[in-house]
Amino acid sequence: MILVGELALWVALLMAAWAATTSFAGGALGREDLVASGRRGLYATTAMMVLASIGLWTALLTHDFSLKYVASNTSANMPKVYVFAAFWGGQAGSMLFWALILSVYSAIAIRFVPVKARDLVPWACGTLAVILVFFIATVCFKANPYDRLSFVPADGRGMNPQLQNPGMAIHPPNLYLGYVATSIPFAFAIAALVTRRLDAEWLGIVRRWSLLSWFFLTIGITLGMWWAYVELGWSGYWAWDPVENASLLPWLTGTAFLHSIMIQEKRGMLRKWNVVLVVTTFLLAIFGTFITRSGIIESVHSFAQSPVGSWFATFFLTATATTIYFVATRLRDLEARAELESMVSREAAFLYNNVVLVGIAFSVLWGTLFPILSEWVRGSKITVGPPFFNTVNIPLGLLLLGLTGVGPLIAWRKASTSNLKRQFAVPTATGLIVGVVLFALGMRDGYALVAYTLAGFVAATIVQEFQKGISARRNIHGESIPVAVVRLIGRNRRRYGGYIVHAGIVVLFAAFAGLAFKKDHDVQMKAGEAKELVDPLGHRWRFVSQGVSTSETLNRFVTAVGLEVFRDGVPQGILTSEKRQYFDSNKQPQFQPSTEVGIRPSAKMDLYVVLAGVRDETAELRISFNPLVVWVWIGGMIMAIGGLIVMWPQAERRRAPSGYVATLEPKRELAATT
Amino acid sequence: MTSARTKFLIGGALVLGTAGYLMATSIKETGTYYLTPTELATKLDADPGFRNTGVKIGARVVPGSIQRVPGGKEYAFRVTDGAKIVPVVYRGIAPDTFTDGVDVVVEGRMATDGTFHATTLLAKCASRYENAPDAEKYKQTPGYRAGAKA
Repeated sequence: MILVGELALWVALLMAAWAATTSFAGGALGREDLVASGRRGLYATTAMMVLASIGLWTALLTHDFSLKYVASNTSANMPKVYVFAAFWGGQAGSMLFWALILSVYSAIAIRFVPVKARDLVPWACGTLAVILVFFIATVCFKANPYDRLSFVPADGRGMNPQLQNPGMAIHPPNLYLGYVATSIPFAFAIAALVTRRLDAEWLGIVRRWSLLSWFFLTIGITLGMWWAYVELGWSGYWAWDPVENASLLPWLTGTAFLHSIMIQEKRGMLRKWNVVLVVTTFLLAIFGTFITRSGIIESVHSFAQSPVGSWFATFFLTATATTIYFVATRLRDLEARAELESMVSREAAFLYNNVVLVGIAFSVLWGTLFPILSEWVRGSKITVGPPFFNTVNIPLGLLLLGLTGVGPLIAWRKASTSNLKRQFAVPTATGLIVGVVLFALGMRDGYALVAYTLAGFVAATIVQEFQKGISARRNIHGESIPVAVVRLIGRNRRRYGGYIVHAGIVVLFAAFAGLAFKKDHDVQMKAGEAKELVDPLGHRWRFVSQGVSTSETLNRFVTAVGLEVFRDGVPQGILTSEKRQYFDSNKQPQFQPSTEVGIRPSAKMDLYVVLAGVRDETAELRISFNPLVVWVWIGGMIMAIGGLIVMWPQAERRRAPSGYVATLEPKRELAATT
Repeated sequence: MTSARTKFLIGGALVLGTAGYLMATSIKETGTYYLTPTELATKLDADPGFRNTGVKIGARVVPGSIQRVPGGKEYAFRVTDGAKIVPVVYRGIAPDTFTDGVDVVVEGRMATDGTFHATTLLAKCASRYENAPDAEKYKQTPGYRAGAKA
């Protein structure tokens, strides 16, 4: 099977090259037979990539240490699930995984292309095949997981313990699924540009795949934050590290696109801008992969310096140049069909949403690249850290949060004063009340106050929308509240799914603002010693050390310290924090020691205890009080659920003429346009 | 009456202008030089006032140089880029990966006695996510040695 897999990888490369050539030739010459051949070539590529991947999985699970990849990333004593996950744990495997996802996505996208978008197929198929050729060639020539060692080691080197975590097993696949999904919109954008069919045909496909990409990126980023928080022991979840930024960039531009596409659908505006966003999102995804792999930017995350860098740079530049050429030669076909009519309109709110999202993306990109740029321009490397990103992005983020509330409620074209009053009176009052109450309770952090005021405002707009929709259904259909909620969302997934995503954003911002009240304490404790600390909410905590213990399990030595925890005198149980030293099957220590954080999560605040080290029976601990952190994960989940609702295959197209939507929609439209 | 488009553009320029201004000022205030020990020495020779600027040094820990001040959380060690050696003191919790021979990034200021006072210490580990691809390194591992013996 392993040999079959290796062979399949090379056949896949040939097939992809075939698919690219015949598709483009078929498209240019208008020959259906060549187009069909190209399509079949793409399907064959997919089949071969699946075989190639099964081959690697077989090698991993049967511990075939003659393969360098297997020997460097797994060991015989590792839990099976992580052996399976080692497929994407290392450089070569993750590149193969990327190519696998791309081939499967491409086959699905081309197979299920709507009839009206048929003309785009040759060019989209060809573009996807070119991207596949690039990735498969990179795997074959620069990072081949089938490379063999000249000898067979008795055991492999195992996986870095920090990666042996459930979050880490599923975080990368989600990110890859998100990154790779940006290729499909890119391919269809290129196809639409080439054929000058820049109307509705390509938008539907592009919107669906952009949503898919957004959905997986959202999950991937959230899981990444969670992993960093529970595994790395620095009691934070976002460090503005280049690799984190790389995952955020396509998410930002993708989010911008999902909003601006609505303006194109409704009003025929922003046609150039949308092409640019689609392409930029793809390029940022490639760029993200590139900086993660090339070691070009200093990051604690970096994969080792590796030879794929120059290939990526070439690919990146080629893709950029191609796009610029096609956009430049098709500017006339991309003229807007309407003009912005008023600053007080949904269009304007969405435009500002785009300005802010792209502004954030630009500042993140700038900060990430600044060490390189400054070295080019001034000769010495200057780095910027979290203070830079926070200074710029907190105000922009808050502006975005405010727009989250305004956008969905304000009327298209031009909002009237009565529209504004009706929609925004209650939410504005709610937000202000939240702000005033928090101030009265003693909150003095400026940004946090603004964040909670805006969160209150946006939350109120969402509740108001749901309440309106539900009471309309109850009046018309006489439904009970739960039925009305389910049907309301089900019959109008895009709109209410979007509100749920926005609710997730509100939760997320509220959680981010909690960081303003974080408190860290470094303490040293002997067995039996007690320490008292006061948390940001004013509770008194008492910690009694149970002393240091050591033990040995499956593949690690563990040094642990237990703390008996009391809050305001009430016992809270024992919190354990560990330091682990992993070893291989010969009991030789492997990797640096890692930390297992003791976390006591709660809705209001996490208690987070890290065992930094042990000296002469004295445990050195960092005890942190992290307010509202669990809401980051919950907010991320709510966003993903909202995204899923929006994405769920639409039944409303069939239902639209039958009346449900018709009874609700005209009312809103009427109200919105008066 | 200016058109909505013009108004939007003015608004957009305002938003982006503010963002740009914030970016420029925060780079000025919080941007940190990232230097090797040799580069730092050159800068200090050229301008002794550079001492007051916070910098980051990227270098390797000299094996055997790590000393812990007894009872405290203070570390003294030396870092090098192969040409120059800089003594460093750091107060705080050191990361798990901080050991002899690893690459570290220390951030702080050079004191007048020539010791670098670090406020943050990051340790990088080549094998953090991916083991370095060279075969020589692989031959140092127990798995290899066991296999070679067999």
